[in-house]
Amino acid sequence: MIKINNLHARVEEKEILKGINLEIKPGEVHAIMGPNGSGKSTLSNVIAGREDYEVTGGTIDFEDEDLLDLDPEERAHKGIFLSFQYPIEIPGVTVSNFIKTAINETRKGRGEEPMDAREMLSKMREKSALLEMDKSYLSRSLNEGFSGGEKKRNEIFQMAMLEPKLAILDETDSGLDIDALRIVANGVNKLRSADNAVLVITHYQRLLDYIEPDFVHVLYNGKIVKSGDKNLAIELEAKGYDWIKEENA
Amino acid sequence: MTNLAQDLLSSFVVVEPQLNGGRNLHVAGMRKEALDRFELTGFPSTKEEEWKYTNLKPVLKHDYKILLKSEDAVAFSDIKQFLLSDLDTYKLVFINGKYSSWLSETTHSEFDICTFASALNKYPDTIAEYLGKAAPKGETFVDLNTAFADDGAFIRVKNNQTVDKPIEVLYLTTEENGPSFSQVRNLIIVEQNAEVQIVERHQNLGSTVNFTNFVSEVFAAQDSRVSYYKVQNDVTHASLVDNTHVMQERQSNVHVGTYSFGGKLIRNNLHFYSAGEHCESHMDGVTIIGDGQTVDHHTLVDHQEPHCYSRELYKGIYLGKSHGIFNGKVIVRQKAQKTNAFQQNDNILLSDKAHIDAKPQLEIFADDVRCSHGCTIGQLDKNALFYLRSRGIPKSEAQGLMTYAFASDALEYVKIPQLATRLNRVIAEKLGINLEFAL
Repeated sequence: MIKINNLHARVEEKEILKGINLEIKPGEVHAIMGPNGSGKSTLSNVIAGREDYEVTGGTIDFEDEDLLDLDPEERAHKGIFLSFQYPIEIPGVTVSNFIKTAINETRKGRGEEPMDAREMLSKMREKSALLEMDKSYLSRSLNEGFSGGEKKRNEIFQMAMLEPKLAILDETDSGLDIDALRIVANGVNKLRSADNAVLVITHYQRLLDYIEPDFVHVLYNGKIVKSGDKNLAIELEAKGYDWIKEENA
Repeated sequence: MTNLAQDLLSSFVVVEPQLNGGRNLHVAGMRKEALDRFELTGFPSTKEEEWKYTNLKPVLKHDYKILLKSEDAVAFSDIKQFLLSDLDTYKLVFINGKYSSWLSETTHSEFDICTFASALNKYPDTIAEYLGKAAPKGETFVDLNTAFADDGAFIRVKNNQTVDKPIEVLYLTTEENGPSFSQVRNLIIVEQNAEVQIVERHQNLGSTVNFTNFVSEVFAAQDSRVSYYKVQNDVTHASLVDNTHVMQERQSNVHVGTYSFGGKLIRNNLHFYSAGEHCESHMDGVTIIGDGQTVDHHTLVDHQEPHCYSRELYKGIYLGKSHGIFNGKVIVRQKAQKTNAFQQNDNILLSDKAHIDAKPQLEIFADDVRCSHGCTIGQLDKNALFYLRSRGIPKSEAQGLMTYAFASDALEYVKIPQLATRLNRVIAEKLGINLEFAL
């Protein structure tokens, strides 16, 4: 589905990604772990197309198409979704208007007709119930005054509505209590299928107890320095990151 | 002295005998005194602090007709778009400064909704008690208006009455033959525990330049509630100086919303005087203007008594070569302990040629008060823009959605849903975004 080959990227003058190689196939769940400052969030933002990051080398192909020339909205239309570590508050735009606009703009981008209003409404009801969100959420301003847990749930709600092929969850577990974590993970698991893939970016192993990864990668100093299965995550949780740093010093 | 000032002074002798309420000696005296004061000051120039950022010269230079032709024939279908047509309202419509009974819908039952001209003759005691008591003497445009104005809206809501539907006040100009200058005046008296909602606009239907000097005095008695909305969406050859002065007594609650989308030059002098304890004063506004337009908001809240609350929120979006001015003055007198005053002015410049002068002014003489003020001038937030785009919303739509949300935030206090919808629609239209975002 997505092939990242020798990816280099920088912010302003600082090189952050120093040659990332990663391939994710449909149906797979990959986790990227690593200490703070290793480049995890940079990788997710570069895939989603944030303009603050400059790609200085390498390629990203999504379904055999070069992704790097596309605008963020075009990447979304192709089926890439980024769940933000810090979702932005947008006063004056309700959750339901926002999601309606996002879905219909995505459809337009794909040359499809807008979604029927009734279908939209029933889908919103179904997906908000999945994430145990009160109905009043939909008429609130996007993320404004939401608690940390509500913001993250709202991200997964958007993911459920947009049904992306590749969902990138950037530190989705940070700031969540155990109940919210369970709800969010349950939401993600319900959306998994043989046709889509998930990239979980996290500092801790906690979320991976709920969303079980097929592959775990360790990102350190802008490179993937170790890959393995879910046991690698457990090992990291027990031993911390110091041994990784020493190995790669 | 400008030519216009000279013309006004010399025409007064001719105009005065024709003004409404001429037999009322009190008013006749006020007019003469006001004219004398105007003769001393003339029109302000940019050398004066209060007019530093707004140059009136381009507006004053025209050869204005001071004596306007009487009521012109205007069909209801021509003005329908300027009214809340989907809502039952009282209506006061003026054409070239003269009352149009044909287009209006007034009442004299539990409340008077009629004209300033008729009040001058019918209620001389009320006029003597209120007229000129909120609008300060010595302000050029107020003095000029006091000297010349002879019609406008007269609204008096008696004790404990709630006006059953909103009142719309519409000032039309239809002059086709040369620039016109009109001076109209409202007197709004809301007695104890009474309530009223007013929607007001000025509209030039003609093809020539016009200039309106408008005064509105609002008296909000104890426990009264007033919602007063000003829709400023006139054509680009219309200019307006709006002088609105609100006198508040104990526990009254007054909201003035100013929505400025059109006109060549608009100057809003909006003053609140809280002369009783526990008053609430709300003023907010949205300004969206483009090429060649200027909107100047000069606000004043004068806290004279303790325990009052004022809230001020002005949002501006400036496109093309436009000019915005915000001067928000808050005075807290020594006696006005426990005042809570909030002021926020946020602006987005969408063009390199747009320009804004913003100046908050706080004068605080009491020591136990809470006063906050903030002012921002900027472009759209990049992170928010990326957030929307990452959800599949193209850049231009995302920008439109964000500016729309930014502006409509200041409409929260609009109590008439039909008006809020209309304003939202105008905002969407001015920003060139699909209404689907807005609803």
